[in-house]
Amino acid sequence: MTQKLNAINDFVVKFANVNGSGSASANELFARAILRMGVPVSPRNIFPSNIQGLPTWYEVRVSGAGHLGRRGGVDMVVAMNPETWKQDLAELTPGGYLLHDSTRPLPESAFRKDVTTIGVPLTAICNATYSDPRQRQLFKNILYVGALAQLMGIEPAVIETLFARQYKGKEPLIASNVKAMRLGRDWVRDNLPADICGLRIARADAVGDMIFAEGNAAAALGAVWGGATVCAWYPITPSSSVAEAFEGYCKRYRTDAATGKARYAIVQAEDELASIGMVIGAGWNGARAFTATSGPGISLMTEFIGLAYFAEIPSVIVNVQRGGPSTGMPTRTQQSDLLSCAYASNGDTKHVLLFPEDPRECFDFTAAALDLAERLQTPVFVMSDLDIGMNRRLCRPFAWEDGRRYDRGKVMTAEELEVGKTFGRYLDVDGDGIPWRTLPGTHPSRGAFFTRGTTKNAFARYSEEGADYVANMERLQKKFATARALVPPPELSPAGRPTAWGAISYGSTAPAMAEALATLVADGHPLDALRLRAFPFPDSVRDFILAHDKVFVVEQNRDGQMRSLLVNELDVDPARLIAVLHYDGTPITARFIIAAIRDRLAAGVVTPLERAVS
Amino acid sequence: MTHIAKPRLHHPSLTRNAVGFTRRDYEGPVSTLCAGCGHDSISAAIVQACFEQDIEPHRVAKLSGIGCSSKTPTYFLGASHGFNTVHGRMPSVLTGAALANRELIYLGVSGDGDSASIGLGQFAHIMRRGVNMTYIVMNNGVYGLTKGQFSATADRGSVAKRGAVNVESGIDLASLAILMGASFVARSFSGDKAQLVPLIKAAISHPGPAILDVVSPCVAFNNHKGSTRSYDHVREHNAALNRLDVFSPAEPVSVDYAPGTEVRIEQPNGTVLLLHKLAEDYDPSDKAGALAHIQARETAGMVTTGLLYLDPGRRDLHGRLNTVAAPLARLDETALCPGAAALAAINDALR
Ligand SMILES: Cc1ncc(C[n+]2csc(CCOP(=O)(O)OP(=O)(O)O)c2C)c(N)n1
Ligand code: SF4
Ligand SMILES: [Mg+2]
Repeated sequence: MTQKLNAINDFVVKFANVNGSGSASANELFARAILRMGVPVSPRNIFPSNIQGLPTWYEVRVSGAGHLGRRGGVDMVVAMNPETWKQDLAELTPGGYLLHDSTRPLPESAFRKDVTTIGVPLTAICNATYSDPRQRQLFKNILYVGALAQLMGIEPAVIETLFARQYKGKEPLIASNVKAMRLGRDWVRDNLPADICGLRIARADAVGDMIFAEGNAAAALGAVWGGATVCAWYPITPSSSVAEAFEGYCKRYRTDAATGKARYAIVQAEDELASIGMVIGAGWNGARAFTATSGPGISLMTEFIGLAYFAEIPSVIVNVQRGGPSTGMPTRTQQSDLLSCAYASNGDTKHVLLFPEDPRECFDFTAAALDLAERLQTPVFVMSDLDIGMNRRLCRPFAWEDGRRYDRGKVMTAEELEVGKTFGRYLDVDGDGIPWRTLPGTHPSRGAFFTRGTTKNAFARYSEEGADYVANMERLQKKFATARALVPPPELSPAGRPTAWGAISYGSTAPAMAEALATLVADGHPLDALRLRAFPFPDSVRDFILAHDKVFVVEQNRDGQMRSLLVNELDVDPARLIAVLHYDGTPITARFIIAAIRDRLAAGVVTPLERAVS
Repeated sequence: MTHIAKPRLHHPSLTRNAVGFTRRDYEGPVSTLCAGCGHDSISAAIVQACFEQDIEPHRVAKLSGIGCSSKTPTYFLGASHGFNTVHGRMPSVLTGAALANRELIYLGVSGDGDSASIGLGQFAHIMRRGVNMTYIVMNNGVYGLTKGQFSATADRGSVAKRGAVNVESGIDLASLAILMGASFVARSFSGDKAQLVPLIKAAISHPGPAILDVVSPCVAFNNHKGSTRSYDHVREHNAALNRLDVFSPAEPVSVDYAPGTEVRIEQPNGTVLLLHKLAEDYDPSDKAGALAHIQARETAGMVTTGLLYLDPGRRDLHGRLNTVAAPLARLDETALCPGAAALAAINDALR
């Protein structure tokens, strides 16, 4: 007999459901109840690209230590979908637990001997209690949450508080949900041995003031607080909820109290060509504008992105990355649009990219992107992904300082034009490569200019002179160098003792990376780590690479896109950079990173090079 | 190509309009298009219309796509901001600009390749969205800039300079615009300034999506015998429906007209259009009738010109989005940022 798993505040529960069965809110209730017990959780939705009837999973990692990356492996399955029963059962760690609806008896062959089966007659209880079919379905979900609470030691009062909050003002709903939860709890208490489940939640104090937020909603909040007034978008998973959330928050926070009028404009465009075109038109005309999209949308936008780069028009693109290429894996996560965004469009182009690690940074970076776009007069990408965007993640609370001013960049005013200040749209007067602009309608006779994607001289006149072209391209290069000092700097986590090895990661890889580093240090493999937060890279990134003999570049794509970007932009020896790549569409795990790095260390791939020069 | 600056010396005798500008103030640098190109005549008509309409030049934003036609905004309204965008996508950029600042006058300029070929989608959607603008298509049936290939508006049977015959049917942008929801749709001819200038003025005065399909012969590639967009062909086949006069809200409109021959149309912003009927049975407020008439004339080989359709009552995009009166581009932190306390409340709700 396999030993039953015993763990307190450190395990993974996977809910297997049928899409559209109303399980999502019950599953989230389970995760929130654990949070309310002071224990960190990180849930992940795993869903197919369809609306109803197909399987969906909700995987909750409980980690008292606060590890928020996906762990890998499953310790308990709540098997509510007969279709995926076999595969769900097969995934269970030996010694794990299977919670299922035991209303209909199943043959012994349907179960695993090395797994503890916990049968609760959910359907039978529901049918005996409710007559309405919809209620039977919905309360079955609440029933299993009640059962889990009893099995794991989650305080029912915590769940009841959550109901009270969710259904505030709808007292009958609170009562009926509490009743369903108690039905599940009582059945387990009265019919199963008290120690049947070795996975337990113990009250802790590890959540603090953290919030439980989705990256897409956070990006939308960043756009509201950051002053975006125009949003043009075209629906695409996993980015649609950015624009939808923006609309929701705008209705609430940007509706003029006196007149009921909107201090924002949202257009669902006919495609991504139009959505980026609208953003560029609005940016040209002085409004803060953004779009949200995913890989296929970026592909369509590229001609326009080149125009915005060359004509120097502020624009913000939130790219919630998904699995590519082509339609790829639309409901799975990846970090595979780095190159297509960094160099988007024909000709020599380069763009500013920001890499948020979690919802907090989705908020911060979207607001920052609106400032950067106007300061630098160029497109700025917020490179989120499905893992951060569409899952709730525990993170630091959003913060905003009252009195913070928007950086509207170099916009020449009517007064400045009136007193005769020289205006050359593409003139580098300040030595930072950033020219001054005027907005349409500013002055009756001064400051008007023609914006175009063709070559022009410093005064915005059409030109086919090679010298004008080169001067402009070099100024753009200088402007990009200026950007290095304006973007969020990388975050260094030193190993704490001298090491020749480093690791670079970015974006949603952060929590798995942090967890992996801790284990590797404990195992005697200290690594200095650098979390990149933006492109172009500040000098510190090159310094970091040169300070280590070998640097692992950990990312979620097949081709090592960040590694290519580092090699290309920093002119470092590619042999120094070892790719660690995870790209099956599931979020990267600490286990994967640890194994990959250990393997390479064992294979001697990273025997420190003898320094040629010291 | 070089930039030829025009001398800006104002002759003291040049007359000024009601807002204090001379006709010269509406001009741009010298055109680099082929001598005789229809597009240049349309530019001149735009200059005249804006001058006569007393529009302050800096209050106009002119946007275009790519093509010879799309180059023209460089050559008129030199004191206005202009934007030469990408091929076929001017409508989206104009839409965004209009969202950002509802106070300016938007002039979109495009070609038939730009609007009917690569940009047909954006053309249709900007009409349906109801953006307040004047959209001028300089329609020559070919791609001038890439040297004479047929565009999607070329008539079936039209013969190219080198002899090829167009076998595909042409897209009628005016009919399409009517179907898509444009509230002011007109057609004219670059060679008929008397008809064109008032139509441009009327389009600018119209508070909604106004489109002008202007037949504009390409002398380099589509002005030969056998072409249905040559000066000669259009002159011979022009079926004008009406003539327009435009009156601003300030002007008194005192006209006595014989019933049935002239129609007075008041727009929501107060401007009055006076329509002198040439085709007596034509009613530009009747959508289905307008479409049927255009179709019938086209079958007969004629080009219908004049005000084809007018719906004075339609709300524009800003009206439908219910945006504030001030331009969004001018709102600052106090109007836009909900502040720290509101964010703290959001944080609380996420715990
Ligand atoms: C994406 C893209 N494809 C092709 C072109 C090449 N191109 C430039 S102008 C043009 C056609 C313009 O035709 P039209 O709009 O009718 O303008 P015209 O020159 O006839 O006034 C084409 C195909 C381009 N600029 N961009
Ligand atoms: S090629 Fe044709 S459209 Fe272009 S400028 Fe010459 S005449 Fe005009
Ligand atoms: Mg053309």
